[in-house]
Amino acid sequence: MNQAAHVSILFYAQNALFSEFNAGVSNMPVILWTDVMIYVLLATVLTAALWIRKRPYLVLPWQRVAKDSVGMVSLLLLSLFVLVGLLDTMHYRAALPEKSNGQTVYSAEVLSVFDALATGIKSRTEKTYSAPLAAYLYAKESMETSEGKILRDYPRLRYGGAHLVDPQRELLGDVLKRTGIGALEGLLIGVLLIVVSNMLFHFFVRFRTVWSSTGREEISKDNRLPTFTRAVKNKPFKALLITALLIAMLLGITVNLAAVYHVLGTDKVGQDVLYLALKSIRTGLVIGTVTTLVMLPFALLLGIAAGYFRGWVDDVIQYIYTVLSSIPSVLLIAAAVLMMQVYIEMHPDWFETSAARADLRLLFLCLILGVTSWTGLCRLLRGETLKLRELEYIQAAQAFGVSSSRILTRHIVPNVMHIVLIAVVMDFSSLVLAEAVLSYVGVGVDPSTMSFGTLINSARLEMGREPMVWWTLAAAFGFMLVLVLAANLFADAVRDAFDPRLNRT
Amino acid sequence: MIAYLIRRILYAIPILIGVNLLTFSLFFVVNTADDMARMQLGMKRVTPEAIEKWKQQHGYDKPLLFNAQAEGVSKISDTIFFQKSARMFVFDFGSSNDGRNVAREIQTRMMPSLAIALPTFLIGLLIYITFALLMTLFRATALDMLGVSLCVLLMSISGLFYIIGGQFVASKLWHWVPISGYASGLDSIKFVLLPVLIGVMGSVGASSRWYRTIFLEEIGKDYVRTARSKGLSELRVLFRHVLKNAMIPILTGVVVVIPLLFMGSLLTESFFGIPGLGSYTIDAINAQDFGVVRAMVFLGSMLYIAGLVLTDISYTIVDPRVRLQ
Repeated sequence: MNQAAHVSILFYAQNALFSEFNAGVSNMPVILWTDVMIYVLLATVLTAALWIRKRPYLVLPWQRVAKDSVGMVSLLLLSLFVLVGLLDTMHYRAALPEKSNGQTVYSAEVLSVFDALATGIKSRTEKTYSAPLAAYLYAKESMETSEGKILRDYPRLRYGGAHLVDPQRELLGDVLKRTGIGALEGLLIGVLLIVVSNMLFHFFVRFRTVWSSTGREEISKDNRLPTFTRAVKNKPFKALLITALLIAMLLGITVNLAAVYHVLGTDKVGQDVLYLALKSIRTGLVIGTVTTLVMLPFALLLGIAAGYFRGWVDDVIQYIYTVLSSIPSVLLIAAAVLMMQVYIEMHPDWFETSAARADLRLLFLCLILGVTSWTGLCRLLRGETLKLRELEYIQAAQAFGVSSSRILTRHIVPNVMHIVLIAVVMDFSSLVLAEAVLSYVGVGVDPSTMSFGTLINSARLEMGREPMVWWTLAAAFGFMLVLVLAANLFADAVRDAFDPRLNRT
Repeated sequence: MIAYLIRRILYAIPILIGVNLLTFSLFFVVNTADDMARMQLGMKRVTPEAIEKWKQQHGYDKPLLFNAQAEGVSKISDTIFFQKSARMFVFDFGSSNDGRNVAREIQTRMMPSLAIALPTFLIGLLIYITFALLMTLFRATALDMLGVSLCVLLMSISGLFYIIGGQFVASKLWHWVPISGYASGLDSIKFVLLPVLIGVMGSVGASSRWYRTIFLEEIGKDYVRTARSKGLSELRVLFRHVLKNAMIPILTGVVVVIPLLFMGSLLTESFFGIPGLGSYTIDAINAQDFGVVRAMVFLGSMLYIAGLVLTDISYTIVDPRVRLQ
């Protein structure tokens, strides 16, 4: 687990990136285990995309997805979440200003690029709770006035609305002004970005046409590029455009307000809830995707092997997944996580930082969730393979003496991939929801890892306070709803496009 | 039928052995008994004597699989595997960390769990199937679209939200029912009402949509067209033919969970303070009481396997073509 030893291209890329933020001081990049998994996942997705791009019959279902307005809009939302998650994946340890024996000392805290970008809202911590967009603290305190009298009142916040002279009068106006300016700025930047990307796209395509072997061949009239006005008439594109502009406006408003307020309030120890919610995104994404990455090889290998070879192989594999699936999954997860906790407690010397420790726990949780969730997919794949192996083209291949491994890789695997894909996108949202429940039960992520579950768990008892502290819960549930809803809608679009049982004309 | 049942139960034995071995290796091989003792007694400043004493008290001071020092049969029987794992087959779950008998605890806690889980299950089933039938009746209309969108929205909301939100609205805002607690007998109704409602609400989206898919699959079949061409009304077609034929896929998903109802729900029970098996499990997890967790894992899989057998039997009731041999 010596992170410094992970020398790779990523290492240098990260290093280059971090020195941008702390000019002059070189920070130590840290690659946690889940980071490695995310990079592997990213590489897999990119490779798959390149592979598919060259094969028209594989592009076809994706084109159907692209024609689905709802699917595309949810994909846009999802990619925003993924962007935050990826920024939060590039970790480093900041170099401290003082040196010991000429060697740079690194802080024990593991930060990410996202932390660096969000330093503003991260560092502006208040004393305790404060409501969204408030200028005063949630609880009354005894204060000494300038005349030396003791007064019991709501104190001003250290940062939230600190620029206002008399918040009671100015607050509403200021918030409205900032909202307006933010919306306008966001809209402007959004339009600008769209125009620029449109121009770049056209430039790139023209450049490629000129550069390609066909040379300066005249592009025939109906084969021309879709101009912007024509593209807007395309329904999914229009929906995408409108959503993008709305998101740009929302971001503009948030950035403008977050500069001087706590947009979603602060929690018990005064941390900005918006920051906590954004940090939770990565954990949700890791649980939803890395789990799949972990379980996929098992499900694919065992499911296909059971269906293709039958006989004792089938018996053994069926026995394994019946045993695993007959244990109620929450209980199996609870048992496994309890054991893992003890194991990690017993080996404290493994970890350099507390982040590395929390991260390994997250990875273990993914592994355990993977072990409990692969059986369903495995069963599906076995059934499909049983069906496929009786088809003529497989039997023809067998008659020609093609080896089993070749039949499996060339004929069976490509023909079950749609099941795998549908299962993967369908599982994502349920895994994100499961994380929250497991963290509540006490068998989820490490308490120091920010996740929707830990947020909800910490805020659950605050509902009983008078006046009620609702914003932490609202933020956690709100973010989770958007993420899961987008994932569900996208999953539906993918399933509709890939499921061969749905007849389309 | 009886021969089939016997064979089916015999077939369950190797699976239960597998579960038993799995839990055994999870609880005793990954971590040694010393680790567990140290965890229980606090990490720091634990004397070896204290660990030995704890192990002796809880019966963890024996060898894992084979006791070379013992005589005769007790070479096998005087081991952790036999005492702690193999005995679960005869419902001897040993005692929890505070010395109570787990089997007796399970017996007393089953009823409260069932009081919540059974109504949730029955009412839920009724509501989900009704919604699904309605959506099927109005399929491909705006109403169906609305229903499906609503389902997707509802299934995207975390179950925790339903519980926290429901408790807040019904108990704190409107003072309908007590926030949490439990009483036996008729008094229990006021405590049971809200958890049941929230339990039904929690899976209305996913379940209704699932049943709708099943019905839609059936409605495209030939016998439905025949029934319609006979001049039957759409309602009659739905209830008389589609519902009946959709029973097999419905039963596959439904009957399995019936025995598991005894286990209760972890979340609902701990939020509402119901002294059932779900909250028992949660308490055991938080107190790191491994004996109880182990017992619950084994009990859960036993009930699940019972559910599988029940599913097979239920097929013969709804579908005369299925014969168990």
